Amino acid sequence: MNQPKLDLSPKVSDEVRKTTCYMCACRCGINVHLKDGKVAYIEGNRDHPVNQGVLCAKGSAGIMQVNAPSRLRKPLKRVGERGAGDFEEIEWDEALQIATDWLAPLRRDNPEKLAFFTGRDQSQSFTSFWAQNFGTPNYAAHGGFCSVNMAAGGIYTMGGAFWEFGQPDWDHTKLFMLFGVAEDHDSNPIKMGIGKIKKRGARIIGVNPIRTGYNAVADDWVGITPGTDGLFILSMIHCLMKAGRMDLQYLAQYTNAPVLVIDNPGAENHGLLWRDANGKELVIDRATGKPTPFDQPGVKPDLAATHVVDGKTYRPVFHHMAEMYLDDSYAPEAVADRCGIPAARIRTIAAELARTAFEEAFELDQEWTDFRGETHRTMVGRPVSFHAMRGISAHANGFQTCRALHTLQIILGTVEVPGGFRFKPPYPKPATAHPKPHCKVTPGAPLDGPHLGFVHGPDDLALKDDGSPARIDKAFTWENPMSAHGLMHMVISNAYAGDPYKIDVLFMYMANMSWNSSMNTRGVIDMLTDRDANGDYVIPKIIYSDAYSSEMVAYADLILPDTTYLERHDCISLLDRPICEADAAADAIRWPVIEPDRDVKGFQSMLCELGAKLDLPGFVNEDGSQKYADYGDYIVNHQRKPGIGPLAGFRGEKGDQAGRGEVNPDQLDKYIENGGFFVEHIPAGATYYKPWNKAYQDWAVGMGLYDSPQPYLFSLYAEPMRKFQLAAEGFGDRQPPDHLRDRIKATMSPLPIWYSSEEDNQAADFPITALTQRPMAMYHSWGSQNAWLRQLHGHNPLYLPTRLMRENNLADGDWAKVTSPHGEITVPVLEMAALNENTVWTWNAIGKRKGAWALEENAPEATRGFLLNHLIHELLPPKGDGLRWSNSDPITGQAAWFDLKVRIEKASAPAESKPGFAPIKSPVGHGPKNLTWKVGS
Amino acid sequence: MHPAPSVIFFTTFSGLGFGLLAWLGIGAPDVTGWTAFAFFAIAYAMAVGGLLASTFHLGRPERAVKAFTQWRSSWLSREAWCAVGALVVMGLYGAGLVFLGERYALLGILGAVLSLLTVFTTSMIYTQLKTIPRWNMPLTPVKFLSISVAGGALLAGQVQIAVLLLLIVGGVQLLAWMQGDKAFASAGTTLGTATGLGARGAVRAFEPPHTGTNYLLKEFVHEIGRKHAQKLRIISLGLMVVLPVILLLLPFSHFIAVLALASHIAGVLTARWLFFAEAEHVVGLYYGKR
Amino acid sequence: MTTLPDKTDKKLGLVIDLDTCVGCHACVISCKGWNTENYGAPLSDQNAYGADNSGTFLNRVHSYEVQPDTGAAQLIHFPKSCLHCEDAPCVTVCPTGASYKRVEDGIVLVNESDCIGCGLCAWACPYGARELDQAAGVMKKCTLCVDRIYNENLPEEDRQPACVRTCPSNARHFGDLSDPDSDVSKLVAERGGMDLMPEQGTKPVNKYLPPRPKDTLPDTTEEFDILAPFLAPVAEEPKGFLGWLDKTLEKL
Repeated sequence: MNQPKLDLSPKVSDEVRKTTCYMCACRCGINVHLKDGKVAYIEGNRDHPVNQGVLCAKGSAGIMQVNAPSRLRKPLKRVGERGAGDFEEIEWDEALQIATDWLAPLRRDNPEKLAFFTGRDQSQSFTSFWAQNFGTPNYAAHGGFCSVNMAAGGIYTMGGAFWEFGQPDWDHTKLFMLFGVAEDHDSNPIKMGIGKIKKRGARIIGVNPIRTGYNAVADDWVGITPGTDGLFILSMIHCLMKAGRMDLQYLAQYTNAPVLVIDNPGAENHGLLWRDANGKELVIDRATGKPTPFDQPGVKPDLAATHVVDGKTYRPVFHHMAEMYLDDSYAPEAVADRCGIPAARIRTIAAELARTAFEEAFELDQEWTDFRGETHRTMVGRPVSFHAMRGISAHANGFQTCRALHTLQIILGTVEVPGGFRFKPPYPKPATAHPKPHCKVTPGAPLDGPHLGFVHGPDDLALKDDGSPARIDKAFTWENPMSAHGLMHMVISNAYAGDPYKIDVLFMYMANMSWNSSMNTRGVIDMLTDRDANGDYVIPKIIYSDAYSSEMVAYADLILPDTTYLERHDCISLLDRPICEADAAADAIRWPVIEPDRDVKGFQSMLCELGAKLDLPGFVNEDGSQKYADYGDYIVNHQRKPGIGPLAGFRGEKGDQAGRGEVNPDQLDKYIENGGFFVEHIPAGATYYKPWNKAYQDWAVGMGLYDSPQPYLFSLYAEPMRKFQLAAEGFGDRQPPDHLRDRIKATMSPLPIWYSSEEDNQAADFPITALTQRPMAMYHSWGSQNAWLRQLHGHNPLYLPTRLMRENNLADGDWAKVTSPHGEITVPVLEMAALNENTVWTWNAIGKRKGAWALEENAPEATRGFLLNHLIHELLPPKGDGLRWSNSDPITGQAAWFDLKVRIEKASAPAESKPGFAPIKSPVGHGPKNLTWKVGS
Repeated sequence: MHPAPSVIFFTTFSGLGFGLLAWLGIGAPDVTGWTAFAFFAIAYAMAVGGLLASTFHLGRPERAVKAFTQWRSSWLSREAWCAVGALVVMGLYGAGLVFLGERYALLGILGAVLSLLTVFTTSMIYTQLKTIPRWNMPLTPVKFLSISVAGGALLAGQVQIAVLLLLIVGGVQLLAWMQGDKAFASAGTTLGTATGLGARGAVRAFEPPHTGTNYLLKEFVHEIGRKHAQKLRIISLGLMVVLPVILLLLPFSHFIAVLALASHIAGVLTARWLFFAEAEHVVGLYYGKR
Repeated sequence: MTTLPDKTDKKLGLVIDLDTCVGCHACVISCKGWNTENYGAPLSDQNAYGADNSGTFLNRVHSYEVQPDTGAAQLIHFPKSCLHCEDAPCVTVCPTGASYKRVEDGIVLVNESDCIGCGLCAWACPYGARELDQAAGVMKKCTLCVDRIYNENLPEEDRQPACVRTCPSNARHFGDLSDPDSDVSKLVAERGGMDLMPEQGTKPVNKYLPPRPKDTLPDTTEEFDILAPFLAPVAEEPKGFLGWLDKTLEKL
């Protein structure tokens, strides 16, 4: 045998540069291998807290992204009609001058005429700072159509939600239940966690109409009817309460279950929490029987006591919960049909939750001291954990459903305990510790504060003096009072309608609004291109920044090309959406591991320049010169408060301070040396019970996460919601319009409820729910330009359950017409057995417009791929009352795209999926035919 | 299997060419001089042409010579040796006939054996593949050899024996189809064994790994309608066997003989197309196809 | 070396856990990336940005639905690459000796400079593990990252196949399956690791760990007895509930 001699130790690369991935929103650490100065290979960074070395398909395909033919090359000025794709390349000087000429007069006279919205932006603390300095109230990112229900539901209830807010205690949990999870968010950590707990033999229960991905590996699958998760959860709460299977100690100590609610029907304070003169919630102390502030040392809050004084009755929140949830309307038998889950199965799962939480409870030998000063010898663990994401939140009942899920977690005593769900710094952080929304506009001056935040009652709404909405997206108005992330999906629709007012410049970043990032795609395209009586565009000027030739490019007047993620600075900041773990605070950077080979600028660096040209206070020195040379300069030198900047690591002159510290000019180098990230571990004894743990609170203050300790109670009862109800009942100065009163009263229950939106969506005529999921190997539209990833998902079928295939006489590969109250599409179908029998679904954002993303016009993404967006409207079908009812959660404004109802019929196969759109001209040409990729020698 | 034209031409014409050489090797017809030259020219054109066609199938034809190295284990390598051996021996033998007018009988017999061995080794390339149950049976070499010998007889003008051989070809082909149709099922490979999931329930291919196509699907998965295949089977049998036999039973004329030959070749090409198109590779199971 | 070695010193291979694979394709692309840049010709792509796009991949993730006799259908993600068979039919059919099985570790490799691209090895492989690269005209297959697993330019912990290193859910394991004490052998023993298409007689080295039984929580009323005590009601009405609550709180 003479085998060939192999070189078993070939050189891997010339150099490894460590930065942060941006192939999706997961923010993993990556090792970028370079050969001859070019990207040769990308792998996960083993030391990184997020991914610990692993990397998903998207991350590994980054090399195809940074070399994608769809990259924009130079600033573009529109020369033809909007939407045609006719552009002329211009120099940056001219581009920034055009932008300045458009924006400077607005800032001087009427800053609200600028609507500045960023899509998949990971620098919101920076972009919002820019918008604040400009002075427009019209700023938000994409949270409003992504997952604001999840974020707001969690923060209002317990000071944090899932994903970047927290994570299961993977090391101790024995039962992991996940609801409606989109498989792209927090993707690697969840996959790693699943791997970890599978190894230990822990049970996974997946609640999802579709059994793919995480639900496919779940031990038990609950193929729930979409939109009924809240009802299912409340029914389990019913079972658990009825059986007394709750952690009463936990409820009494750490939640507002014992807090007294004022019982004063017909008065302006009915249903509010009883507080003392200092505004502290009052509980009855079991030791004294007297009303006592909840945080008084030694207090033993009573869950049971009713307090009567001066003829007024005060009942603990827990009474209200018992009254509400013990009702038979929440019994499994009452909800089973609606949820599509047999009653016995609901009981089984509730029993398994109880069994695991209470029979498998354990203790960690770790002493800790709570905020009342009491020291506990051990930490009690309840090994039940949950995770949920968009599947439960993108419904009109999503906010209440998210609150219901947190209520379930809390009554089991599983939040911030070993084996349960744990927050990641800077969370826990209750709604009260967050800013409130600001909207006061002063021409020529910055806004009066941050745009987005958490309202605590009608006084905090973003309304003008005349009661009209202050913001173009109508966030924080009576239509959706608690819209913490804004409503990006309403901006174009409202700007077009001039409702609440007209704008002059629409400035967007990484937001594919003329395609997959909008509901009602066709309608949005028409709004972007429509002209008024004078022949001017109804939305007069559009500036767009993106790294790639997306569908949106054709609809802008000025294109400011961004860099790819390996060519830029970024910071994944504690001020924003950091990469912390439950045991550590962490943040990270991106840095230019390669230089752009095109005439492009990082968006944030460009904003530093444009901000200076516009004389924005935060962006110029006293002498009027540009303050930050680029985004890297801003990251290092900007201070939000003295000692606190975008990056928490390596602060101070010597670079040895964490959290707080002076500016360190070498900070970025330190990050690069450290692998692109920074981690500060939470001390032992502070890692659980964080909202109430003295040691954690002190550590968080030291890190600059809080200015002072902020212990708080979980809000099973959300008082701000009651305040809106009171307004709807007629109390207070700020009053909702009459047509919204009933809805506010019905939906803003301070205890989680469930309601159906089926009637609004004409479910009687359109009985099937249509959903999308995002494939794990694709991120929005970005994957389509990626020569490797688009081979995995180049087109998308509509998956139909076996029942619907048979009923409609369909076979794999046939085509079907799918009709919603709003529109119709004709698409190819495939059968799927492991699917709720009234649900159809497809992969999201695979369908592409011809001419976009440098693809050839006959690419399968354009000929067979399709979007469900054509079937979804931003408004509900007209109800005959002449009003525009938005297709969103009435509490937060979250786009309710999972409420989509359709009907299906067999169609003869068209040449291409419908609706078809005329091709747009590609400003970057098309990609090469074949690829044989290899760099270096 | 993908019915690649290069491989269909290769197996058909090299089969015919080596079949003719085999007949020439045993002196049927017993020709010399220019007549011999003509026969040999036809045989070499077909055999060598077929071999050349096969190189179109290669990814790196310039390295084809490396295929001679693995004769101990590889049927393809053995085929290469046999083909060259047959061509060289028959070349010497033919030179004797054409230029010297001498028939070296021993050389001829050796050449004939090598020629048939070439056809046999070709057939074994297909027969050895357990992955393609339709091919993986003793009838496959019998079929290749019978077609080669029958076609060779036609070319060699051995009319009577050709008729007999064509009838044998017809019988073998029918048997091969009958056995072949059952082969996949009796091989026992199913999506259940392919995935190891068969014991859990009925297994169905859901999403393919890629939405687009790939080498495996292009090379191994060729779906042909049952009706279509039946029609082609009848056509191929008619052209390959029935029509030539009828023609040969008519009073002999060169025109009719050429017609019979043309019909036979067309029939073999069709049968060979079916040989590939109907062959189901087990890998298709992974894609929910057979 | 078209003939197979009588015995290999080790049997390096993969153990793939079908219970844990979430079907994310991380292994597919990591493999594509490493092997495009390393061993042999790059893995090319045809019509990379157009219709009928295809390319060479050494590892692909299928998915299958299984309908048990009773209960809900299940979905199983199924990664598949070369199984480095002990009786590798792809090796013996090779006319040039380009395909061989390494004596030291059993890895089946293609020596690309000897490959004529006849495709016969791909025909002989029942698993679809070999793909003829359309640009290079040579056969590509999983090398088990032979240029990583011994590579002294890599840190020790990275000396494993790219697909294993990147797998987020830890569904892929690499090791010596001839050593009964290796982690992979133990996994196979514990979890009933299985061969694909055993009837083909290829004796694959790679093993698949079957999915654990699904939907095992009892959900019929008769069997519910096991869990029922956990939901025995303390009271039927809110009033009774509050009475229970008061009593219970006393005990805390």
